[in-house]
Amino acid sequence: MDATEIGLWGVPLAILGGAIRVSTPFIFVSLGEAITERSGRINLGLEGTLVFGAMTAYAVAVMTNSPWLGLIAAAFAGLCFGLFHGWICKFRGVNDIAIGIALMLFGSGLAFFLGKPFIKPKAPNLPAIPFGSWSDIPQVQAALDVNVLFLIGAVLSVILWWAFRNTRAGLIVRVVGDSSDAALAMGLNPDTVRLLATGVGGALAGIGGAYLSLYYPGSWTERISSGQGLMAVALVIFARWNPLGCFAAALLFGGAGALGPALQSVGVTQGYYLFYAAPYILTLIIMIATSSPTRSLAGAPGELSITK
Amino acid sequence: MVTGAGVPALFGAKGYPAALEWIARRAEAFVIPLVALIVGMALFSLFIALVGKSPILLYETMWRGGFGSWFSIQNSLSRAAPLLLAALCVALPARLGLVVIGGEGAIVLGGVGAAAIGVALSGAPSPIVILAMGVAGMAAGGIWIGAVGALRHYRAVNETISSLLMAYIAIALMNQLVEGPLRDPASLNKPSTQPLAGIYRIGNIPGMDVHWGLVVGVVACILSWVLIEKTRWGFAARIAGGNVRAAQVQGLAVGPLIVGFTALAGGFAGLAGMLEVAAVQGSANASLAAGYGYTGILVAFLARHNPLAIIPVAILLGGIDASGGLIQRRMDLPDATVLVLQGMIFIVILFSETFYGRFKAFNPDLWKRPDLSRGTA
Repeated sequence: MDATEIGLWGVPLAILGGAIRVSTPFIFVSLGEAITERSGRINLGLEGTLVFGAMTAYAVAVMTNSPWLGLIAAAFAGLCFGLFHGWICKFRGVNDIAIGIALMLFGSGLAFFLGKPFIKPKAPNLPAIPFGSWSDIPQVQAALDVNVLFLIGAVLSVILWWAFRNTRAGLIVRVVGDSSDAALAMGLNPDTVRLLATGVGGALAGIGGAYLSLYYPGSWTERISSGQGLMAVALVIFARWNPLGCFAAALLFGGAGALGPALQSVGVTQGYYLFYAAPYILTLIIMIATSSPTRSLAGAPGELSITK
Repeated sequence: MVTGAGVPALFGAKGYPAALEWIARRAEAFVIPLVALIVGMALFSLFIALVGKSPILLYETMWRGGFGSWFSIQNSLSRAAPLLLAALCVALPARLGLVVIGGEGAIVLGGVGAAAIGVALSGAPSPIVILAMGVAGMAAGGIWIGAVGALRHYRAVNETISSLLMAYIAIALMNQLVEGPLRDPASLNKPSTQPLAGIYRIGNIPGMDVHWGLVVGVVACILSWVLIEKTRWGFAARIAGGNVRAAQVQGLAVGPLIVGFTALAGGFAGLAGMLEVAAVQGSANASLAAGYGYTGILVAFLARHNPLAIIPVAILLGGIDASGGLIQRRMDLPDATVLVLQGMIFIVILFSETFYGRFKAFNPDLWKRPDLSRGTA
């Protein structure tokens, strides 16, 4: 290993590279969830959507030999899951959190079922851009090998941030999320807006899944996501439903996820499994720190059941 | 639903027997989930037909694997044992309006705690050690889920997300302990704690190939039902579950109530982990995270969080679980087949919530009056 050449500097570098690599699914799922939650509904099923998106992307990429077709298929599959969640939640007495849990189990189950034949074959990967080619150090090159989806996610965060403030569609989503009554008074149909918002959220989660199977870790297995879709939901709360905050928080979570492997690469193997749990612990700590029993969260959509 | 919660005799005077009304009101709670279950299975047969297999053969195989013979019935009952306790971990907090889905974490830690105590106390008389293992398992699970309840009440942290995050943390903690300080050097491929001595293992119910965990689970369900329906704590919990502020105005100590109920719920899940260690595995290892916690969520929702209803539902789902292996071999289907079926049933069951109170047959208030009265409780 060359890790010793740059010594302990390899650790922050590996964490930075890891943050860029690991954060991309978080960016997409959390942006999708931000749109859904801004419309006043919560979709915990995005974990299942992420896994199903990963499977779909991989299967389509294997069959068509094109990662981009895989990506589109994953987005479409995610859209279907999101629309289903949006549709079923409009019925009286149907709880959006419980439906999310059901879809989490169903999406994973369906992905494992249909994805069984695709565990062996190799799919073409999504391309990456080597921003680190100016350096001779392999660790720097590895850290700055940035996938195009990360860049798309970064741009999308800015666009969504702008769109929520400045566009008619952004205003509609926010009004519906803050008060169904106000939306009805404006002549908007909250159910339709939430249906579309949940659909878009699902599609973005599907793209996040495609990144997992087509780039990092880059193959389809049943253990491809360990709660990343769910952590992204917590991340949205931490980010205060702000797309730019989602991007920053995703980087933080990616870095936490890279902590274990980075320390292992310089020979720190004690407590490996505990470092592996770092993203979950970080999420929990952040949730405890940002929640409050006395006031509702700043920026929280008024119709959101999870913050009431 | 509190529509017309009057004296039965009053309705008897209206021209139909009070008994009929009693039956009608309760029939809803049986018929709707049952129809939903059937619809879920019908949708699943459609899915199976779509992937080119015979749904009839599937259900036949499922019946044979789950309930068709004494052997398969015993197998189903063995699997129902942890499901009973895992479902209580969801159903008890649900009475307070909390959706706790991280029972898997409590199961895993309960198993590790029990295994650690069982090995540490080796040499002591077996009833004491088994009791200590049960207490350790319940304590480990109870602290884990009780913390979720405390975070919910005192910090307003959403319990659904926190409990699932804590489940992932618990599994990492188990891996760390089983790979590190608690590891038995003799366990090579599958890191485990040291095996329990034979006298500390829990045996089978006489005459059956089912361990005592089934009895423990059934007793836990009955006790939970008594707690919820017949004690003042259960009554207070139901009030707090309906409206927290109303409960606080009434002077109920909502905080201790929530922490107590969630801790008890986690304790039951921890007990499931202890039973898996003491009756099935013989040591704590990664097999503890076998997904009972997640199937338990489905059991609790299917039983509408009623501890007595959990008993038949857990046996039914234990049977579906048990038939998974046979389906895999006979029909050449992936092992995730059962997961897909469970997911479909789950969605249909949740969807069926929308039909409660809508059918005239179940709602005596609508029998003699014009439809105008709909909605006026």
